[in-house]
Amino acid sequence: MLKNVTLGQYFPGDTVVHRLDPRTKLILVIVYIIALFQAAGWIGYAAVTVVTLLCMALSQIKPSTMFKGVKPMLFIIALTALLNIFYTTGTPVRPGWIVTWEGIARAFQMMLRIVLLITGTFLLTYTTSPIALTDGLERLLNPLKKLHVPVHEMTMMMSMALRFIPTLIAETDKIMSAQKARGADFETGSLISRAKALLPILVPLFVSAFKRADELAVAMESRCYHGGEGRTRMKQMHMAARDYAALVLGALFLAGMIVLKRLGL
Amino acid sequence: MSEIKTGGLRHVYSLGTPFEKVALDGIGLSIPQGQLAAIIGHTGSGKSTFIQHLNALLSPTEGQVLLGGEDINRDKYARRDVKQRVGLVFQYPEYQLFEETVYKDIAFGPTNMKLDAEEIDRRVRKAARFVGVEEELLERSPLELSGGQKRRIAIAGVIAMEPEVLILDEPTAGLDPAGCEQILSNILDYREKSGATVILVSHSMDDVARIAERIIVFDQGRLAMDGSPAEIFSRPEELVAMGLNVPKATELAMALRRRGLRLPESIFSHEQLLRALLALKEGRAC
Repeated sequence: MLKNVTLGQYFPGDTVVHRLDPRTKLILVIVYIIALFQAAGWIGYAAVTVVTLLCMALSQIKPSTMFKGVKPMLFIIALTALLNIFYTTGTPVRPGWIVTWEGIARAFQMMLRIVLLITGTFLLTYTTSPIALTDGLERLLNPLKKLHVPVHEMTMMMSMALRFIPTLIAETDKIMSAQKARGADFETGSLISRAKALLPILVPLFVSAFKRADELAVAMESRCYHGGEGRTRMKQMHMAARDYAALVLGALFLAGMIVLKRLGL
Repeated sequence: MSEIKTGGLRHVYSLGTPFEKVALDGIGLSIPQGQLAAIIGHTGSGKSTFIQHLNALLSPTEGQVLLGGEDINRDKYARRDVKQRVGLVFQYPEYQLFEETVYKDIAFGPTNMKLDAEEIDRRVRKAARFVGVEEELLERSPLELSGGQKRRIAIAGVIAMEPEVLILDEPTAGLDPAGCEQILSNILDYREKSGATVILVSHSMDDVARIAERIIVFDQGRLAMDGSPAEIFSRPEELVAMGLNVPKATELAMALRRRGLRLPESIFSHEQLLRALLALKEGRAC
């Protein structure tokens, strides 16, 4: 029942987008988000949408896969749209109504903005393995090490957390089955009794998570792990021509969006 | 009466997605009341999926499971009640312990059955005795006990529900020989005193050969073999072809047969091997 979590899932592939250096992709996602927030009018939104669809086509991610990622957010998207419809001043659709034409337009743009935001960031996680992603992040944040920010430790924790999500989900499933076999009931009863029913799942889950963490620490230490100092990598990251090309395209896109904003489009 | 019967049992995981996987493909079995049956099979052969169908944790994609002639999936009450009649002990059950004391943990099942306090107390103490847990341990925290003790407490938690059918998934995995021995004798004890059906999933062919009355072999979601230990272990080549082991004694007998010793086909315990070898020796001496 918990197996259909797509958040942060990686779909291996061999497209230009997959081959880009994770650092490039991280920077591009930030550029993309800034550019998205420059969109002020319909033309601006249209431009971002076209670019997003283009990237999706390049990475060969199916629209249905993307939709599955957006689905959990549908409620928030709908709520945002609803609020915007009712709280935007302007010309009423009919005299005396609260709903204005501007409100409808704004609601639509807001919906588009959230969907594009999710799509853009999912493009990153769908095409980059979690390991590559955290490696890229570490390299990007490298300058912060001068300020004694534990960048390596932070990214190491991140990759471990990502690594153990599926394991913990499988574990939860197993414990739930075991407690159900002992007659535990998770589906009926009042809210309080249902919350109490979670205890037989949470306690064993925490116990095993701590045990696992302990074992992992021992396993890492016995393989001489001692933090980021002087650590080399098996997979070196290389900025290729396509990375520079992608960054230039990203910069042009952002510049274009800023110009569009100035023009009020 | 609580005969277990499955008909055309089929289970497909992730039905309708690209990850579709047939785990069980037409399993038809009947296990009479009181039998001690062992299920063996390679990893991924469908044996764990199968046992989870027997207490309605999983529902079949096709086919049905009957307990005492009644479909256990007929409605949600039946699905709930069957869990009290068919006790399932998962692999590494010590990971399910959660209460503050051993007593409360063993009482979890009976409490969920909404029994009165007196009956719960009787069952907890009885179950604890079955698995050889001393009274003074009952007030300790289960988390501070040894691995073998935890395992036995987890098994007691299921036994306390007094199921008519007790299913155990690899109950001896990861225990030392003494711990294995103790758990197996606890299980045999429970069966003898309660008359329950016992279904054992195991990788240890020696255990299976020693205690099971019947062996059911799963291979790739299908029923590959079904018979008495003598029948099953007289076909060791087929077992090896399925990636399974044979008992140590059978293995030794096979090796000796290859060297030209004329040993009978169905040897699966040390005693049998010893007898056969002695008989051979005497035969030669005469």
